[in-house]
Order: sequence, then C-alpha cells, then structure tokens
Amino acid sequence: MALMLKNARFIDPQVGLDEVCDMLIRDGKIVELGHNLDMPKGVERDLGGKIVVPGLVDCHVHFRDPGMEYKEDIETGSRAAAHGGFTGVCTMPNTKPTTDNASVIEYINKKAADVGKCRIYPSGACTVGLRGEALSEMGDMVAHGAVAFTDDGRGVQDSGMMRRVMDYAVQFGKVVMSHCQDEGLVGKGQINEGVQSTKLGLAGWPAAGEELQIQRDIELSRLTGCPLHVQHLSSLRGLNMVRRAKEEGLKVTCEVTPHHMFLSEENITETYDTTFKVNPPLRTKEDAAEIIKGVVDGTVDIIVTDHAPHADYEKDREFELAPFGMTGIETSLGTVITHLVKPGLISWNRLVELMAINPRAILGVEEVKLAPGYTADLTVIDPDVEWDVTVDDFESKANNCGFVGAHLSGRATDVYVGGYATMEEGVVVE
Amino acid sequence: MAFNHRNLIDINEYSADDLMLILETAERFREVNERRIKKVPTLKGFTVVNMFNEPSTRTRSSFEMAEKRLSADTLNFGGSATSTVKGESLVDTVKTLCSYKIDLIVVRDKHAGAPYKVAQTSGLPVIDAGDGKHQHPTQTLLDLYTIQQAKGGFEGLNVGIVGDISHSRVAGSLGPALSALGANVTFIAPQTLLPARPEVLGAVNVTSNFDEALPELDVVYMLRIQQERLEGAPFPTLREYHQLFGLNRAREALLRPEAIICHPGPINRGVELDSYMADHVQRSAILDQVYAGILVRMASLYLLLGGAEHGSDA
Repeated sequence: MALMLKNARFIDPQVGLDEVCDMLIRDGKIVELGHNLDMPKGVERDLGGKIVVPGLVDCHVHFRDPGMEYKEDIETGSRAAAHGGFTGVCTMPNTKPTTDNASVIEYINKKAADVGKCRIYPSGACTVGLRGEALSEMGDMVAHGAVAFTDDGRGVQDSGMMRRVMDYAVQFGKVVMSHCQDEGLVGKGQINEGVQSTKLGLAGWPAAGEELQIQRDIELSRLTGCPLHVQHLSSLRGLNMVRRAKEEGLKVTCEVTPHHMFLSEENITETYDTTFKVNPPLRTKEDAAEIIKGVVDGTVDIIVTDHAPHADYEKDREFELAPFGMTGIETSLGTVITHLVKPGLISWNRLVELMAINPRAILGVEEVKLAPGYTADLTVIDPDVEWDVTVDDFESKANNCGFVGAHLSGRATDVYVGGYATMEEGVVVE
Repeated sequence: MAFNHRNLIDINEYSADDLMLILETAERFREVNERRIKKVPTLKGFTVVNMFNEPSTRTRSSFEMAEKRLSADTLNFGGSATSTVKGESLVDTVKTLCSYKIDLIVVRDKHAGAPYKVAQTSGLPVIDAGDGKHQHPTQTLLDLYTIQQAKGGFEGLNVGIVGDISHSRVAGSLGPALSALGANVTFIAPQTLLPARPEVLGAVNVTSNFDEALPELDVVYMLRIQQERLEGAPFPTLREYHQLFGLNRAREALLRPEAIICHPGPINRGVELDSYMADHVQRSAILDQVYAGILVRMASLYLLLGGAEHGSDA
C-alpha cells in the first residue's frame, strides 16, 4: 500500500533535512522524498503547514499492565501515546507481577501486538521484584525483547548490588537506567525539602537524596564500563554531575520531564493538590531553570514523561496517602513546543534530537531517518494550533496531569507507525 | 470589624486584625464562663461534628465544652470506631457526614492538609483542630490569648519556641501568627529538630544554645517532645535532651524576672520542664492556656457560624 504525504515541512537533523516537500511511503518504508512527487494509486494526504519528524519516542512510561489495569493498560496507554504524537514508548517494570522475567516481557509484547497503538519497548527490572537483592534474568529478558534495565520506582540501595547489576548488564550491550533515590535520606519525604515542605508540614525529600545516587552511579559506570542513563533528573546539582561525567567522556546520559522543567514546588500550596505529588518531587524554580539550560546546551539527552497514571480516587485523598506520579504523554509535545520551541530556546532540530533521535539511540532500537529505506515511523505536528488541556481530551484512563487547564500551542495531529496511521487529524485510528 | 473567613485552617490567611478580633471575641466569652450558669443559646440549632481521626482527649474535650456552652448540638465522630478503619476514604466519610445536614466540622487528623480536603469535599466551614505536622490554629489562638493577658501585647515581644519544631503543628501556626503580630520569634532546638526553612514559620533567630537565648526571652514556649511522632531518633536520650533543652530550676537564674512559661500540654515532666518550673506560680501560664482554649474555641465557632448575624449576641 502506498501513502503520499504532500507539502509538509520535513525536519530531520540526522540527514540535514529541513524542507517543504513530499514523501512517498510504500509497505511501511520511506521510498522517496522530493518535490511534486506522483504515485499511480494510494492514499494521499495534504499536510500543508504541518511539520513531519521522525516518530517521537518516550523512554519512560508506566502503563500499569500487567496488574494495575484499573489505572491504565497497554491499550489505553498506547492510545494516549499515539494521541500525544508518539510512535514508541519504553515501559517501566514496576508492574504486578514485576517485569523481571521473560514471561512478563512476552506478555507485554503480545498484548502490544494485539491492541497497541504504538511500538512498545519494554524495560526489565535489574533485580528480582525491584527488591535490590538478586539479579533478574536479564539475558532471558533480552532474548525476548527487553531493551533496557531499571528498577524504576526505587533506587537500588546497596552499592555493591548496583555494581553487580552494571557489571552483569555489560555483556548484553543494554543501558542501565537509574532511578536515583537514597531511601535512608529520603525516608517518607513527600515534596522537595525547602520552603513548601516547611510551610505545609510535609516531610522533605531533599535533592541530596537523588544527587548521592547520581554520583554513585556515575562512579559505578566508570568502574564497570556499563552505560548509565539517569532517569527523571530533577536538581541542578544532579545535572552538573552528569555534565562533568560527560566532559570526562563517560557513557552517561540523562532525561528530564516536562513537569520538572515547567512546574515547581510552588505549584504545591495550601490546597495540597496531590496532582503535583511526583517522585522525584517538583523542586525549586531555580532547579527548573537550570534543567532547561541543560536541555538547551545538550547536557540533557532526552525528554520523557514518566507518565504515571492513577485512579481518581487514589489521588483524591490526604496528600501523604496519595500515590506519587502524574500523567504527561498527551501534553509532553505541546508543553515542549510552547515553553521551549516557541520562545526560541531550542530549535525544531533540537526537539527532534531530544524526543526522537536520542531516545532510540539510548534504547538501542531501530533508527528512523527521513530518508529512503527507513521505516515510516512519523509524527506530524501542527506547530501553530492553540489548545487548552482538558481531561475530556485524554485517551489515558487517568486524569492526574499537572498541565490540565494549561493553554498550549502546537500538538501532533497525525502519527504513522510502520506506514500505518495510528492517529489522523487528531483522532486515534480505531 | 468585618470577619470574612469561612474556615480556620491556615493561620496565614488571618491578618493581625483578624487575630485580634478573635481574641476580643474570646474576651467577651470569658464573662459567660464565669457565670454560675455557663451557657448561652448562641448556637442553638446548629450541629457541629468533631471529626477526630487521631487520638485526642484534651483538644476534643475543649471543643466539646466550647460547643456545649454555646448550645450547639455536637456529634463526636472518630477514634478507633472510624469508618476509615474499615477502608473508607476520608472523602467518602465526609460525604456521609454531610448527609446528616450538619453546619460545621472540627477536624483533627494525623495527615497534613486533611482539613482542607474536608472543607473542599463538604463545602462547610471547617476548623482545623491539628493536622499532621502542619498547623494547629486554635492552639495558636489560645497561646496568643494567654500571652496577651500576661504581657498586654505582642509588638517587640521576644518569644522563644523550644524543642521539636520540625514535627510540631503547634509551632507551624504559632510562629507565623506571632510574627504577623510583631513579636520576635526565636527557634531553639538541635538542628535535628529544626525545619528546613525556619524563616518560613516566622523565626527571626535560630539557635541551639538554650542558655544563651534564655536571658532575652519574655515568653519561653516549651514544645512537647512527641515521642510517638519522632522518626529516626533525633537526639540520643531524653536525659541528654533535658540537659540541653529542658527548662529546670537550675536555669531559672537565666530568666528575665517577668518571663512566663507556656506549654501546649500534656507535659512530659522531667523532659521539657521539671516540676519546679511547670508548677511555678508566677511564671507558669500552662493552666491559663487550657482555660483560654475554651474561650478562643467559643469565639471561633461563633464567628465562623455567622456571629451576630445568625445567633444571639454574646
């Protein structure tokens, strides 16, 4: 089957492309780019005014499947991903049962093939049950399609255990992604330790509790040679640690979320809105500003959402009893365009690096370039559409998004995965 | 003076004038409490629910006494019999209570922010009777009343708050209120018991040297060491705590002649205070605080339920 995308602005820094032209796709592959292309028969889409980029990939999502399907499942999570403009996601292993063995990886891949609206690249747990005590069967998981390892949701507490994880992972050539949290220091911390934790009487979660493990894991990467990816980095000192590691030539990458860039602890007020309870916590405005600088200067490799859906009733309770996490996969692109691209802080090229190119490189999955022969995983963006974030618009089962009520400009309108549309004109394809 | 508050949850929403209005109203209720028949019909026909989701005897009794002296109907809800024990959420519990057609909810909860959640869910006036490590506004009002009676005002007054400030809802509302009224607040504690940002709670001075701080103080406010709330042993022993931060007879020489001693109760004798200081006839204001609790709670209930608009005048 042939598909012709006409009159779009195609942007891909990998091939030095930024041009208004046409693209011909056949059997899921890009066949040709050029001006005034013709095809004998097939589907033609006029994308005048739109931008087409390599399909976006979110390296950090919780689809809660298996085990907590009442929050989200692979079908609704992947619909939300498509709706947000993503062609692929990396799912986190804190499912029930834990994704710490090949059978759970198989389950995820099977369900994704059956009902998924995007590619799912599952990560596996580093340690059995995320308990930080014994290595999981990484080799078997890799054989069944795991792309990376992480105990996300918890930090590996014992340094010797984390060293074993990284030493063992090296043979598979997969990245170890680290949720950095020293539990002894963080304790029952609820929000960033500082002004708001003092004012609201909530236990503080000091940035040092994250930074200690970032520096530890950088040193362990140096010791073991295992590539390290620092997850959801939230503090300016943590960012500087990654910056120095990169200057030393270590194999260290990092990610940040829109909520750590565009929100801060000041969003948590006397109303105790649990939507803003996330882990690691929203930090100060200074931290957020420095993280944005890291995105601009290249220290930050990728933008992820840490999409963490919860049922309404779980969030509608006492702050200390509500679970951590907010959703974001349907607002991520819009917030990045609104707060980074539109003000001129980053270019479209940089957005493509942060949300499409680097994510695939870190996960080690198939490259996608806007050039003949590559798989047609594509995201079509309307750069100028103005919209308000409302819960009614979400494909996710969950509404716990910190950007509800925000006015954004720019969003994905169409998404193609292997040449097939998963979203057309803003509507997820059934 | 106008009183336009719907809730008493966050003391920071109350201006100095608002606080003084409550103290003046409390002063008018003193007369009621000194009659032989200590009851007025002010809140007759109003139903007040005391929702105590955490064990409390003193605060609950004080509220109940205040409500009864104003002739309100009261319902005590909570303790080990709460439906939360059966797994019902706070939100569902509040919705159930609202179906009884009640007028005001007094909330004590071990979780910070719970009173706001109750107010948001019920749409009714709510009084925070202490929430987690956040605030305890009526305790603050009774402290202010007591200090004002003893000292005549707040401007320039040196108040030292001593002890477990980081886990204290008492300090969480007293610090900001004293600061708003012009007092100079000093926090005195080991750093393990200090909050991350003391200035947010109104402290202008912070020290771990009790003996150096004492001679400057007009009011020495001793916080209770809440042994049930202490995590990770912030000091080695109660013995050492008392040596460093206990107010005892040996330290009396450091006190200003007219300095008074407050404590929110119940006292751990031998820890925060020795018996000599706790029972000191000239200095200890601790039982005055308990009495003031009735007065400021009557005043708060009266003002939040519409004051003179609905009830009879006090």
